[in-house]
Amino acid sequence: MRYSAFAILKNALRGNRDWTPAWRKPEPKSKYDVIIIGGGGHGLSTAFYLASVHGITNVAVIEKGYLGSGNVGRNTTIVRSNYRLTPNSRFYEKSMELWRELSHTLNYNVMFSPRGVLNLAHNPGQMDTMAERGNQMRLMGVRSELLDRDQVARLNPGLDVSGSARFPIEGGLLQPDAGNARHDAVAWGYARGADQLGVDLLEGTEVVDFLKEGDTIVGVEVMRNGERSEIRAEKTGVAVAGNTGRVMKMAGVDHLPIESTVLQAFVSESIKPIIPNVVTFGAGHLYVSQSDKGGLVFGGNIDYYNSYAQRGNLPVWEEVTSELVAMFPNFARLRLLRSWGGVMDMSMDGSPIITTGPLPGMYLNAGWCYGGFKATPASGWCFAHTIANDKAHNLNALFTLERFKDGNPIDELGAGPTPWYH
Amino acid sequence: MRLTCPYCGERDHQEFTYRGDASARRPSLDSQSIDEHNAYVFDRANPDGIHHELWNHTSGCRTHVVVARNTVTHEIISCDPVGPFAKVMK
Repeated sequence: MRYSAFAILKNALRGNRDWTPAWRKPEPKSKYDVIIIGGGGHGLSTAFYLASVHGITNVAVIEKGYLGSGNVGRNTTIVRSNYRLTPNSRFYEKSMELWRELSHTLNYNVMFSPRGVLNLAHNPGQMDTMAERGNQMRLMGVRSELLDRDQVARLNPGLDVSGSARFPIEGGLLQPDAGNARHDAVAWGYARGADQLGVDLLEGTEVVDFLKEGDTIVGVEVMRNGERSEIRAEKTGVAVAGNTGRVMKMAGVDHLPIESTVLQAFVSESIKPIIPNVVTFGAGHLYVSQSDKGGLVFGGNIDYYNSYAQRGNLPVWEEVTSELVAMFPNFARLRLLRSWGGVMDMSMDGSPIITTGPLPGMYLNAGWCYGGFKATPASGWCFAHTIANDKAHNLNALFTLERFKDGNPIDELGAGPTPWYH
Repeated sequence: MRLTCPYCGERDHQEFTYRGDASARRPSLDSQSIDEHNAYVFDRANPDGIHHELWNHTSGCRTHVVVARNTVTHEIISCDPVGPFAKVMK
């Protein structure tokens, strides 16, 4: 069923009895052309682009829980491409290009809202760095604007721009075309789009082992409704974010340039509109925006240590909320509505991995650190290309597993092989 | 989380700086193998379960502690001084 204003009207007149589920609940076949492990944003978008761009529709997406139950439903919904290094700029700008058309492509309202992302600077040195980054962005064709303190104050009236602030604000760098999207809608839209093109979305199906012929991956063994069965495929893609370590161990790959950590996010009670954009704090690490329901959505750093727990510790709460109040003193009396954690696959250089291998018949999409949401369209688009052609697209040609050994890491932050700092 | 420093006793983990996987082994000084050095610098087991890791007691005695911790439950299993006493599984 195509969604439109006319469909709403027609169904309203018939008492809304004719709406059908957005996707089927199919039984697994014994063999597919391609299996994607992981029914999150990246897995679903990969399946969608495999079917829509490459005409490969005999595809199964295998998901342990329900669709979109991982990080695609746990992030702070920020979409941006304000990067400094060329491989990242090109890749994330491709994502922006897909985001702008996504609601039309999927016939599903993902509520993409390019409201602008503002990074604050608190000293002249930071202003210089921002000017440099802004220029790098412009060279790559990404719009950027360097703002002084008065311009920042006009954009965000709630900000403490006084000289007596804990970290006085000098100015900031604005990416006006960046913004937010409705995260669950992205997962649901891609799921519905893939399903309509014939992709089987297998929820409640857990991969418990890989099927191997020699070294080659020829499918997976799954648990579904308490029963073990085999699903074979010529190609098996892995897009499981924080669970990459767990899943790859089943395939016999026990070491990767990835460590899992937990990232927490927070939502306050609803208030009237006060933040029209996304604002990030420059003297620490905090990003905040306001949802359409009025809650402030914000987050900060990861909980440094390795973790597979979808919950974090209190010191991060204290740090994040104190940074929020340092920026916006009038939020001090707001109450938190809820907080949660998601498991991040932190790579050794802070950049992702979209590649063939590491075993024959296998394809890996991982290392998203805590920036995977904005990458969802381009990640799926590039991963689908890589799977369909057995070869990376130009856009992800440098996102390999070998780049570390070859001495070509893509280290945006210059932090070195310390995944907990990226 | 609370870690028990072998010298200072039980302290909040905020006093410590995380220093990563303690099972990563530096290759011998005369090793010319790129693979060994690559594995030491970049490759990690990233287990879901018991993880041996280094924490520096930055706000205390400033020594490194080898902590065995469950990465799924946050349970602390042991805290040992670095060196020959550390029970690090390879």
